[in-house]
Amino acid sequence: MTKISMTVDGIQYEDDVDPRTLLVHHLRDRLGKVGTVVGCDTSNCGACTVLLAGKGVKSCTVLAVQADGMDVTTVEGLSGPDGTLHPVQQAFHNSHALQCGFCTPGMIMAAVDLLSENPSPTTDEVREGLEGNLCRCTGYQNIVRAVQDAAATMHATAPPTAEAAEPASTTEANAQEVPR
Amino acid sequence: MTVTEHGSGTEVGRDRRRKEDARLITGRTMWTENITLPGMLHLAILRSPMAHARISHVDVSPARHLPGVIDAFCGRDIADIQGALACAWPVTEDTVVPDYPPLAVDEVRHTGEPVAVVAARDRASAQDALEAIEIDYEPLPVVMDMEAALTADSPLVHSAQGTNKSYTWIFDSAEAGTGGAVADAEAEAEVVLSRRYRQQRLVPAFMEPRSVVVDPTGDQITMWSATQIPHILRLMLAMCTGTPEHKIRVIAPDVGGGFGGKLQITPEEFITFAAARRLNRPVKYVESRSESMLSAHHGRDQIQDITLSARGDGTITGLSVKLLANMGAYLGIVTPGVPILGAFMFNAIYKVPAYRFECTGVFTNTTKTDAYRGAGRPEATYAIERLMDELAAELDLDPIELRRRNWINHDEFPYTTVAGLTYDSGNYEAATDHAMQLFDYDALRREQAERRASGDPIQLGIGVSTYTEMCGLAPSRILGQLRYGAGGWESASVRMLPTGKVEVVTGTSPHGQGHETAWSQIVADQLGVPFEDVEVLHGDTRTSHKGLDTYGSRSLAVGGTALVNACQKVVDKAKPIAAHLLECDPSDLEFTDGQFRVKGSPSSAKTLADCALAVFTSHEMPDGVEPTLDADATYDPDNFSFPHGTHLCATEVDTETGRVTIRSYVAVDDVGRVVNPLIVEGQVHGGIAQGVAQALYEEAVYDADGNLMTGTFVDYTVPSPADLPDFVTGRTETPAPGHPLGAKGVGEAGTIASTPAVVNAVVDALRPAGVTDVAMPCTPERVWQAIQAAQQKSATEGGDR
Repeated sequence: MTKISMTVDGIQYEDDVDPRTLLVHHLRDRLGKVGTVVGCDTSNCGACTVLLAGKGVKSCTVLAVQADGMDVTTVEGLSGPDGTLHPVQQAFHNSHALQCGFCTPGMIMAAVDLLSENPSPTTDEVREGLEGNLCRCTGYQNIVRAVQDAAATMHATAPPTAEAAEPASTTEANAQEVPR
Repeated sequence: MTVTEHGSGTEVGRDRRRKEDARLITGRTMWTENITLPGMLHLAILRSPMAHARISHVDVSPARHLPGVIDAFCGRDIADIQGALACAWPVTEDTVVPDYPPLAVDEVRHTGEPVAVVAARDRASAQDALEAIEIDYEPLPVVMDMEAALTADSPLVHSAQGTNKSYTWIFDSAEAGTGGAVADAEAEAEVVLSRRYRQQRLVPAFMEPRSVVVDPTGDQITMWSATQIPHILRLMLAMCTGTPEHKIRVIAPDVGGGFGGKLQITPEEFITFAAARRLNRPVKYVESRSESMLSAHHGRDQIQDITLSARGDGTITGLSVKLLANMGAYLGIVTPGVPILGAFMFNAIYKVPAYRFECTGVFTNTTKTDAYRGAGRPEATYAIERLMDELAAELDLDPIELRRRNWINHDEFPYTTVAGLTYDSGNYEAATDHAMQLFDYDALRREQAERRASGDPIQLGIGVSTYTEMCGLAPSRILGQLRYGAGGWESASVRMLPTGKVEVVTGTSPHGQGHETAWSQIVADQLGVPFEDVEVLHGDTRTSHKGLDTYGSRSLAVGGTALVNACQKVVDKAKPIAAHLLECDPSDLEFTDGQFRVKGSPSSAKTLADCALAVFTSHEMPDGVEPTLDADATYDPDNFSFPHGTHLCATEVDTETGRVTIRSYVAVDDVGRVVNPLIVEGQVHGGIAQGVAQALYEEAVYDADGNLMTGTFVDYTVPSPADLPDFVTGRTETPAPGHPLGAKGVGEAGTIASTPAVVNAVVDALRPAGVTDVAMPCTPERVWQAIQAAQQKSATEGGDR
């Protein structure tokens, strides 16, 4: 057993783990973070995607011990403390970018990762950027649209410049959606 | 009865965002795999590495002594309690239905068949312990090819049966009295075209692997399963294991896709059920993706010999079809019936005077086949739509013009087909015209001509698919005539809560289709209550005790009707109560926008909520009125549902590399009136994607020894976002006359339509090169080889085309 410490969705955990334990199994079986799911055993489907130190990873390809001392964000930690949805979550809802929803946690996290690297992706860039995530229900078209809509929302709600700032009462709701 | 009698109808037809999403986008979903119970053990299953072998020796005891292991057992250990898996659809009187033990006892007949089980405190310990099990196999000869399996000296999959043939099922329009004799049509025809098409084997590849949890510790044994069919599963567990039905509760919690792949009662469910009873503790089994590829049923896998006879002007005079359908090693719940669902669809949207269909089901040493999105209808549609394009080429006609000359015109409905079905409604002209306009058909044909003339190495192909399908499974009477073991009705209940909120219980079992949203829209209109005030309950035999579940695009077509009928009963029951509260005669009341109003005196009104509270208190009820508004309805349709449409695909095919790129894709579907356009469009997108996947990407391949060569997502290539284009969708609306909302099914339409559209486009691009067919999936290698073969043929024949 190896002692590890990691912060998952803002909460710090210390655990003894079998060194062979995959990060996704640690998240699910030990920490109860069952929002992240396992869809394959060959790292093809991306359903288990999380952010590790801010970067998208397939958590079935990372050992829990490799995440020692690091910060993990899962789909469960994406929305604000008051339950405000992340723009990507909101866009997936608005664009009907999910049906059964099994790929959705990984797809959303991969999209968040993609937008952090490329804030204004073209359609082709979204398709290439999400190539490692499989969905069997949607045919991807609405997912692509959702990611582009989220990009637009995140631009529109980026912290306003001083002269453009509206009275707080009208921008508060939007401002909360900006990931900090 | 129609919806407009008592509702303003503002919800049905609206792009409601889905209620389901809230939990799915935040990771609060209840997948079966998420369930953990006190004392729960984890199962791991040892699977046969042999495609056919006698199990000569098993010793599980070494596994029992390993850390964390509680138990290990083989088929013999649970032979008396595991039951046998049943086939509910023996399609003929003499269909061969072999024994199907969930955990193999003395023989294995395909790779991946379960042979032994370990139960341990955690999954890793269970998995580790599998390696300690000692098992010896005595190899038996393997048969993989259907035609070889039917020869006299073939090895037998089930030696006791003496044959690899499960059944032969025949429909002949001359015998049925629905048309003429095909032999006469072929003898008199000016053109007779015969082709062989191969429906490759596919894997449904739902994203959530199957998992099952069984808790035997309560008064009822509870099973959670990632299934499409909790009601059928409960019944089959009872009938096949002898456990009293009322002692079983089955729950399908959130289920991550199915596409027919979870329309099954599985060995794994039965093994887990047996393990829980043996150990008297909760147990869980979660399959890996690799196990899913090996053991969950596959789809398609047919050899289709199809002959079309026609006059010189393209008028079809006869159609005959001879199918070989691969059953796999065993029969699943509806394995034999899947190709028979296609029997009624080869004649498609056309007026065919004579038709003969013959299907033989064949056993091979492969994973069983069963329903996969469309189940029999995509196969049929593919063959006829491919052959229509070939006939058009033969006669030098535009493929759409050929179809126009043969299809059923909109003023000819209802139309009884040569296969004996009565198509209720449709407008193939309108859908096709709309599709051609969205596609800019004429411009693409011009560009195609230019590229052909210039010898462009990138050739443009245009593929046409005009389809209909029979869905909304199904009229129980017809299912009975086809020897299916169950009916096709559906059930709905509406519970009016005292505060006016509504609980709806449906017998359908959604796994991505959005019933919670769509059913809420229907109820909101029917009862005049807010969309948000409706809760839809499903997938638990304790709350939804009656239902036939979700498959065959049946939920809205059949279950939606039951729901409308139940709502109508609620309104009918509330009426005398409202009249009592308003001190008027019930006949003076009208129900609109959720309120009972006195005709001519609109200010006096009572809502359904008023009536629900009055019923709850029951202080002042009219004499003889039962104090409840709750109502149930069970609906059995008279006919199937017949959505239709026209899909057009333009492909660019690189004649030097064989690479196929979809340049544009237009789908115009007519699914009748639409409850939620957003959901319908999503179903169409996903359906097209799976059909395109069959055309271009996916195939389950076995080697000669029966090893599955495409056993993971590395080699079974489910398309990624980068592999698919955007689809242009449009709709025409021909209401279904038999449905109170006018709705038809939509779940399978895209898959049925798209495969022939894509392959027709690939072949169309290469027709000047002499190519007349490309086997699916049309990979670059296959396309390139088809081009080379055509060039060689042309060279050896010495003539130019």
